[in-house]
Amino acid sequence: MPHDKLNLSSTRETKSKVLRRASIIGFFAVGLVATLLLALAQGSVTMSFSEVWQALWHQGPSLNQTILWELRLPRIAAALLVGAALGMSGALLQGMLRNGLADPFILGISAGAGLVAIALITLNVFLAWLPLAAWVGAVLTAALVYFLGHSSTGIAVERLVLGGVAVSSLFGAIQTTLLLLSDDGRIQAALNWLIGSLNGRGWAEVTTAGPYIGVALILGCLLSRVINVLNLGDDLAVSLGISLSRSRFLIGGVATLLAASAVSIGGLIGFVGLVVPHGVRLVVGNDYRWIVPLSAVGGAWVLTLADLLARVGAIELPVGVVTALLGSPLFIWLLYRRATPFQGA
Amino acid sequence: MLELDQISGGYGQGLTIPDLDLTLHSGEWLSLLGANGSGKSTLLKLVSRMLPIRSGGVRLDGKLIHHQSTQKVAQQMAVLPQQQTLPAGLTVHQLVCLGRTPYQPWWQWDLTPTDRHKVTLSLIQTGMLSFRDRPIEQLSGGERQRAFLALALAQDPKVLLLDEPTTYLDLRHQLELLDLLKVLHQDHGLTIITVLHDLNLATRYSDRLALLYQGQLQSLGTPQQVLTTANLAQVFGINASIIDTPVGLQICALSANAHPQNTPSDLNHARG
Repeated sequence: MPHDKLNLSSTRETKSKVLRRASIIGFFAVGLVATLLLALAQGSVTMSFSEVWQALWHQGPSLNQTILWELRLPRIAAALLVGAALGMSGALLQGMLRNGLADPFILGISAGAGLVAIALITLNVFLAWLPLAAWVGAVLTAALVYFLGHSSTGIAVERLVLGGVAVSSLFGAIQTTLLLLSDDGRIQAALNWLIGSLNGRGWAEVTTAGPYIGVALILGCLLSRVINVLNLGDDLAVSLGISLSRSRFLIGGVATLLAASAVSIGGLIGFVGLVVPHGVRLVVGNDYRWIVPLSAVGGAWVLTLADLLARVGAIELPVGVVTALLGSPLFIWLLYRRATPFQGA
Repeated sequence: MLELDQISGGYGQGLTIPDLDLTLHSGEWLSLLGANGSGKSTLLKLVSRMLPIRSGGVRLDGKLIHHQSTQKVAQQMAVLPQQQTLPAGLTVHQLVCLGRTPYQPWWQWDLTPTDRHKVTLSLIQTGMLSFRDRPIEQLSGGERQRAFLALALAQDPKVLLLDEPTTYLDLRHQLELLDLLKVLHQDHGLTIITVLHDLNLATRYSDRLALLYQGQLQSLGTPQQVLTTANLAQVFGINASIIDTPVGLQICALSANAHPQNTPSDLNHARG
């Protein structure tokens, strides 16, 4: 029976695919867990793993307990959340805009959040509300960019990207002016925020933004199948029953929510959202049902690692500096690898 | 089956198609013919929802397609666009699996056994089964068209719209593709609309021809009814003789007329 043979061979293929994917997931899981353990143990006070274990159960020296529960755990949780949000946001936008240069900040999110944050810092007002204000600034700017990208025939990719560029440069100019007019101490604080840092982030930030990021991460996974169809081009996507405007609105909305929430916790941490989806694509191929969730895992992993590197040195660096220092060479390497012919997924 | 009821539309503000009626019977193969800029591709795009209809309506099985969910319409009508975007590294199998999108609810992550069966079936129908794990960017032009045809067939459509499917193919692959469509048309009762540049191929394969001229339906009917020297002179601006051959009526273009569309005002317009 030729049909039976066919089914048999396709089952075998499916099995090897499942095996391959299981090993990929295993690779990410092991990497993430190892990094987490290292991040819990290392820092200005180094703990052994047994000390970490004790402190986790509220036993042993109270200093260790405080360091673990009040400093390291919330900071690691923040790194995981911010990294996952930035990674997935980048993957969603790269997929939707069909552009490898897209990152979470392409739709003006960094400009909007940055402008509001710098305004508050330089004017020294409402500093306690900075995370929320940055979030609102990011979402409003993304909405403005969407409005610019909208035409009578729906949301066009080119218009969205150009709108993002235009709004970003306008807001960037205002931001620079504000910085030039402010005093030195304020500039320091503002720069720290602009580069992105997780220093001193506690449970308050994590529990405020956490639920939003969690919901958006689930929504993002559900939208990833649509991205595969959108990548066939507008005409075929319509023919396959996808509403272009609705899907672009939803994907952009989730990506904005993720990036804005990430920015409200950590400031403008660059490169994670740009590089991580490219790295994940190299490993799992071009199926967005895998790229999107694994970009979240990969983003969480990379940012935890970057934050660990940022705080183990003699002077603590803002984590944004580390991601940029690591990210740029990595990105160049990825570009170089892409120049060689693609070997299939 | 498919009724176009006084539809109008076009790119931007212009109306390439001002007002057009056309009824397509179930299980019929209709070809849209016309010179460049006659509106034949635009008409196909209006029917396939790629361009918005300004007025009028398209009915599929008696129901207006613009009043149904786009997913419902996609279960009945599939399109093979003229130019395809090729996502890097996508294999033939992955591509054809996307053809099941109209049947997947938003929460469904992977294909059901029925979906898999339909995908394999359409790979077999198009002879692409042995190519299933090849990246589409490595395929030749003919294989690529068959892969995209398999994608459309996986939608399990009743109506298939093809926009110049043979444009980038050599003669042999043109005939192969159209023969494949003919099998699907005859054996599965698939209703087909093609936009074709090649009059002879259109004549050879279609049940009916629709001649478009400046966005209007100039002539509609069987090849015998439509192919007249007068129509060819008017629509294509050619002097042609119509010859009976072993594959039916075929056209031999003799010379180009002084083009009726290039009026002096057009020329002035072109000079700007």
